[in-house]
Order: sequence, then C-alpha cells, then structure tokens
Amino acid sequence: MSVSRKASLGMVAGTAAFAIALTGCGGSSSPEGSSSADGDTTGGEPVTLTVATFNDFGYTDALLQEYMDANPNVTVVQNIAATSNDARTNYFAKLGAGGLADVEAIEVDWLPEVMQYADLVEDLSSADVEGRWLDWKTEAATDPDGRLIGYGTDIGPEAICYDAAKFEAAGLPTDPAEVASLLEGDWAHYFEVGEQYQAGGGGAWFESANATYQGMINQVAAAYEDPDTGEIIATDNAEVKDLFMQVTEAAGDLSAHLPQWSDDWFAGLAQSEFATLLCPGWMLGVVQGAAPDTTTWNVADVFPGGGGNWGGSYLTVPSSGENLEEAKKLAAWLTAPEQQLKALAAAGTFPSQTDALADLDAINAAFASGDSPTKAEYFNTDSLGDIFSSRADAVSVAPFKGEFYFQVNDIIQNALTRVEDGSQDATTSWDQAVAEISALG
Amino acid sequence: MTTTPVRRETRSLTARQRLGRLDVKLSPYLYIAPFFIVFGIVGIFPILYTAYISLQDWDLVRNTGEYIGFEHFTWVLQDREFWIALRNTFSIFLLSSVPQILVATFIAYQLDHNLRAKTFWRMGVLLPYVVAPVAVALIFSNMFGDKYGLVNTVLNDLGLNSILWHTDVIPSHIAIATMVNFRWTGYNALILLAAMQAIPRDLYEAAAIDGASSLRRFFSVTVPQIRPTLIFVILTSTIGGLQIFDEPRMYDQTGTGGANKQWLTLTMYLYNTGWGKFDFGRAAAIAWILFLIIVAFSLINFFITRRLVADDASGGKR
Repeated sequence: MSVSRKASLGMVAGTAAFAIALTGCGGSSSPEGSSSADGDTTGGEPVTLTVATFNDFGYTDALLQEYMDANPNVTVVQNIAATSNDARTNYFAKLGAGGLADVEAIEVDWLPEVMQYADLVEDLSSADVEGRWLDWKTEAATDPDGRLIGYGTDIGPEAICYDAAKFEAAGLPTDPAEVASLLEGDWAHYFEVGEQYQAGGGGAWFESANATYQGMINQVAAAYEDPDTGEIIATDNAEVKDLFMQVTEAAGDLSAHLPQWSDDWFAGLAQSEFATLLCPGWMLGVVQGAAPDTTTWNVADVFPGGGGNWGGSYLTVPSSGENLEEAKKLAAWLTAPEQQLKALAAAGTFPSQTDALADLDAINAAFASGDSPTKAEYFNTDSLGDIFSSRADAVSVAPFKGEFYFQVNDIIQNALTRVEDGSQDATTSWDQAVAEISALG
Repeated sequence: MTTTPVRRETRSLTARQRLGRLDVKLSPYLYIAPFFIVFGIVGIFPILYTAYISLQDWDLVRNTGEYIGFEHFTWVLQDREFWIALRNTFSIFLLSSVPQILVATFIAYQLDHNLRAKTFWRMGVLLPYVVAPVAVALIFSNMFGDKYGLVNTVLNDLGLNSILWHTDVIPSHIAIATMVNFRWTGYNALILLAAMQAIPRDLYEAAAIDGASSLRRFFSVTVPQIRPTLIFVILTSTIGGLQIFDEPRMYDQTGTGGANKQWLTLTMYLYNTGWGKFDFGRAAAIAWILFLIIVAFSLINFFITRRLVADDASGGKR
C-alpha cells in the first residue's frame, strides 16, 4: 500500500504535466460554451449534468427524477463520494485540471481553501436567489469581490443533547424547557452546572475538551487570522489562549476524556459515559446510531455563549464545466427551500434557507418521518424543528476562516488532546502549540 | 578458426541475412523494452518530475510553481516533525522486523518437522497475510482502545493498569508493530520454510550421529544453510518497514499520527503534507529525502550482505 501511495503521488505529478495542456484548452473554450446560452430555454439541446456529493445529501433518485420530468432535455447523474475528505482530495486534484462534475458539493470545513481559487468556480449570485439563505451562510461563501461561489444546502445549528436519566439521578431538572433555562448563559455557567451535576453524584459532564473548545472557538469572529490581512494572529489573540486555558481547566474534572470519533468515543456514547453533548442537527443521527438502546437522550433549545454552527455544505459550479448555465439552474433548484425540506426528510440535512426554516410544521414533520424509531421518537419530542430553527436564529457570528485556519485549529486541537490524555500540562502544551503555529507559513 | 571466412561471409550477406542478423542482435532488447518503457513512464518520469516539483513553490490546482531552490529541503530537515517521523519509522521498523524474523524462523523450523496435516498448518500461517491491511488495522485499533479496548480490559481483569496505547510513544509503536507482525510473520515463515526444505537431510543425519542436540542442529545446520534467504527476508522487510503507512494511518480516527506525533511515520508525514496541506512542493522534497534514506539503507544492507556471503564462502574453504 505504501508503494502505491508513492506511485499515486507520482501519478498526480504526472497528470499535472498533462493538465497544463488541458487547462490551456479549457480556459479558452468554456467561456464560448457558456455564451451560447442554449440553456436558457427548457426543451433545448439534450444535456447530461453530473452532481457530485458526499456522505448523504438527501438527493434521492425520486428528487432528481422530479427535476428531469420538469426539464425533459436534462439528464441528471449523481456521484456520491464516501466521505467529505475523499471529495476534498478529488476537488482540488481536478479543480485546475478539469474533470469535475457540473455541480460539485463542498463542505464548510474546506470552503476557505476553495475561496483561494474562487476565480475557478462560477459566480452564482443572481436576483432569483437573493435572500434565500441565512445571511451568515451566504457571507461565508462570498469572496472579497462580492462573487457568490456556492449555494447553501444545509447547516449545523448547535443545541445541547443531554441524558435525562443522568440529570435526574444528580438532582437536575429533566424537562427540555427547564434544562434550557438551567443552561442559559455563557460557557463558565455551563461548566458551573457541570460541577453542580458532579456535586449531585454525576460522572463526566461532557465528552472531551476538544469538542467543547470547537463549540467555543466557532463563536469567535476572528480567532486565528486577521480578516483584513490574512496574517496569523492566533498566538497573540488573548481570546484564544483564554478559551484554551478555560476549557482545559474545566476538562480536568468534567471531561470524559474521549476524543471525538475515536472507538472509545462511540463506546462511551453507547455506555452513557457523559451527560451532555454539543449537538448540531446532524449529530442526532450519530447519537441514535451509536446508542440505539438508550431512550433517555433529549435535546434542549439552548447553547452556551449564544448560538453556534458546526458544519454544513454548499453546491458550487466549477468553471471548467461544459454546461454552466444548465448546471447553475440545477444547483439553484436543488438548494431551493422545497427541495431542501425533502432532503431533510430523507437524510436529516438541516436547511439553511430562511423560507424552509420558517416552515416549522414541515421541519417537525421531516424529523418525525423515516425509519422507526424516528428522530422525534428517539429524542422524546415532537418539536425538534422548533428547537433547531430557534438555534439557527441564534447564530450571529460567521467566524473568519482563512488559508491557515485548519492548520492552526489542528495544532490547537492536538494541544488540547495532549492535556486531555495527561501527557502534558496546559502551559507546556500551549507553548508547544505556539511554537508550532509560529513555524507555519 | 581464422577470421577470413567470417569476413568473406559478411561481404556476401544478402539483405535477408542482414535482417536476420539484426533480428538476433536487436530482438532481446525489443522483448524487454515494454517493461522499460512502462517503467520509464510510471517509474523514472515521476521520480524526475518529483525532483522538479521539489524545487518549486508548487500550486497543485493552478499547476504553476515558482522556483525556490532547495528551500523545501532545508525546511523539512529543520522541521521537528520530520525528525520525530524518522525516529518513529525506525522504532516501528525495529519493533516489527526483529521479532517478526525471529518468530518466523522459529515457526518455519517447527513446520519443517514431519507434522500431521502439513498443508493445513502451512496455509494457516499464511492466512493473516490474505486479510486486507486496512481490515487488520481496524480490528487491532479496536483491540488497542485506551478505555474500552480488549487488551486493556484483559489487563484490568488481571489487576494490572491500563496501557495508554494512543498517548505513550512506545506502546503506540508496539501496537502498530503488532499489526505489522500479524500480517507478515506467516509470509516470512513460509519463505524461510522453503529454504529449510532445500537443506539436504543427510546434514542433519550426520550431525545427529555426531551427537548434536536439536538446538545445536538448528544453530549449526539450519541457520547457516538458510542465510541467503534470511538476508532476502531482512532486506524486503527493511524496505517495507521504512515505508510503513496503512497501519499507523488507520490507528486513530484522524490518521495524522497522534496529538504529539507519537506514531507519525515518514510516509504519513509525506501524505499529510501533500494531501492534508496541499503543499506538494514540500511533499515532493520529503519524497526525495525518503527515497535517499531508503537507497542509503539498501546500500548498507548490500554491503552487510556481501560481507556475510564472503564470510560464508571463506568458512566453507576452511
């Protein structure tokens, strides 16, 4: 396998050489292709459009067929990558070279990287879609020149999931509304309630310092880089260090020390090792999958320190495509509120469209549909739609993420892990992170 | 024979004869040409192109680079992670190859005896080799979980403390080496077994008549006789060990070598730089450094091999 890794790197280098020639052609021919504007009328020339997504976007065959029925000249084919990481590798390997699908899904995690190549994807802004999404969702995908490079699909507004049985045993309220008012406040308050929970005989309050820190840092508008200059400011930003110290101190007693997504984390979830969990909408499926026999998980309409968003995706139209106008139409249709609600019912992808968010009945119904037990049954409430819509409204900050965001974040996450696993104390670990961040770039 | 007839023959060659002669001379090269053409395309060209990219500040997406000389090389050689990766690679290599070859030799020696259901046992040791490495890594990662892993559960039941497989350096290397050993021990045992079967039985008989014990026969007959095969096995596991990737990458959920790079190997470092940070110039420089390390190591092995074989020959003469 290691041999083939080397070989594939070589192949990339090899294809890169041919790609120079390819982009040379693509650059000159595609503007001509789009200017012919044959896509403006339905029933034009037959075209085949490919849509590349990953994980599960909820774009079912029935949904795509609906579009094909309305546009008889269009055939839509969907390619689904297994993970967001696979899609990312594929995206950047082909973005310059050509060969991407007509409509390509990207995840907010690597949106900053796509932003660096904003000139290689189409500007999607138009009067038709103006105001379709939450402001911060659109802002994040708008480049400095005001071009909109992606149509928002879903978002991950965060609520708090909690284990009602554990709350009860520790003498805390169990009703979602009461828990929401109990936890209302900043992160310090969230940690205080955790101490209260432990004083009442409870065990670990949250899963890990890493996940908690991620929730906290996503509320900081400019954490690691200066939005104007793009310079790395993480090590000078007192706010970052304060959050680091605050979360590592709290984690000493309150954390279950289970690194997120590790085997131990899934086992810990199944065995109810911790009482609360930062819960974006898509986390519901993860919890249900990991702990199918637990009946006591609930969702409270609250999040420490105000609202927070974790994850979400966009659809982009790479400029190297041959049917740019048709591709834009399809992307606009797929991200319309009506279609997003169907995707929510199929895959639990929570809408970023304001009209869809306003339709609480439809969202509640989507959470209550699907295989039994449905999400509504599992989390013991009919109002998951109300909860997450309210959480989406509470999101006020779109954190600035530049070129180095994920490298810096990765270094700090590793530093948190070193404190969590007891191999270093907080100060040593922070100092090492500062040294590593200084070496970047 | 004089050369005159030959010369006369050359002079009087017909076109057909000349073609025939050309055929004899050229054909062998033509027959082996496909390999070298393919090797040139997928072997030599990427290596040279990698060298070219390693001198550039390369942008994969735009396929453009800016010449920056050996900056990537000096950066990599000054990077703390590179030296950690080098340490880990050699540590995991030693922890896997040494016990692996010792155990493989022992298993092969046992299989060399007259066992009932020989084929069954021989197939049995090869079975782990058939399992996909990623599947092996998944199973073992689960066993080596820090809190709920099988190994730690057993240790706790025995009244021992849990071992922090994903925190401490040496335990993480042992866990990864275990996966490598699981996969390769049986394979090496079979190769060594083949060499052992080729040893003339009368050598053992003669040794037995002279009163050599079973242990003595193993060290004085078996080991010297399989020495060339042993050297081959050591060489291949050296090359494989220096390129170890799958097992450490699958060892945790992020696959980046741990919070303090406890189990980051050189190939992972290369991969993370290329496909994680999209810094292909630097990744190309790492690839070349890795290439040079492996060449250097192979040369060292080559000289040791020659030395051993020479020793063997002089021993025979004596």
